[in-house]
Amino acid sequence: MATIRIAAPDTASAGEVIELKVLIQHPMETGYRSGPDGKRIERDIIEKFEVTYDGETVFEADLQPGIAANPIFTFYTRATTSGPIVFKWTDQDGESWSETHDLTVE
Amino acid sequence: MKTLSRHTALPRRSFLQLGAAGFVATALPLQAVGDAADADAAIREIFGDKPLNEGRVSVKLPPIAENGNSVAITVAAESLMSPDDYVRRIAIISPRNPIAEVAVFKLGPRAGKAEISTRIRMAGTQRIRAVAELSDGTLWHGSASTVVTLAACLIG
Repeated sequence: MATIRIAAPDTASAGEVIELKVLIQHPMETGYRSGPDGKRIERDIIEKFEVTYDGETVFEADLQPGIAANPIFTFYTRATTSGPIVFKWTDQDGESWSETHDLTVE
Repeated sequence: MKTLSRHTALPRRSFLQLGAAGFVATALPLQAVGDAADADAAIREIFGDKPLNEGRVSVKLPPIAENGNSVAITVAAESLMSPDDYVRRIAIISPRNPIAEVAVFKLGPRAGKAEISTRIRMAGTQRIRAVAELSDGTLWHGSASTVVTLAACLIG
């Protein structure tokens, strides 16, 4: 349901530092805004973003409403072995979305 | 007589200026905005009461942001990112947003490079701060300011 976009290399050489760029469609509603009816719009944010690579956590983020809508992150990891990179987002109610990107290390 | 009237004119003018400044101050919207103390408290809450060293952390922000709802930011920390010398955590702190903590990133030796880019909300012109915690437990601090023409939170 939530649109996820991932930009990551498909192949890398061992030891190479690769760039991972990920975006998820989400309002990141702060809870400070008012709707057209003047009522406060309830807070609705993604609180956690985790990345595992070949089963090991390589990147984590704790998010607050200060992160803009449709959170986008660019970060790095060192290519070690061929394996899946799993990106997982969890919102304040525990609902989560994930996406896997397979990396081949030559 | 002439000199006397000039003397009386001066305080009157400065009084008017004071009045104008007071009017501008009260005209500012009463919003839930934080201040510098909130930012310091947020840093202490995340990392504990440790001294902040200046340097090793760089924050890249545009000098002017037209829309505070989405401002591109890049935070980088100087580190070898080796198994025994790496960046453990990086926090982005906003002194003016309703919640000073924007995000806390956990890295590790496998990151290879301690650099993160994202987009943040800014409730007005301010100096965004970033704190990096290294594997030896030391804290490093950097900051950058952006002029925000249209602040987040204030608009529907």
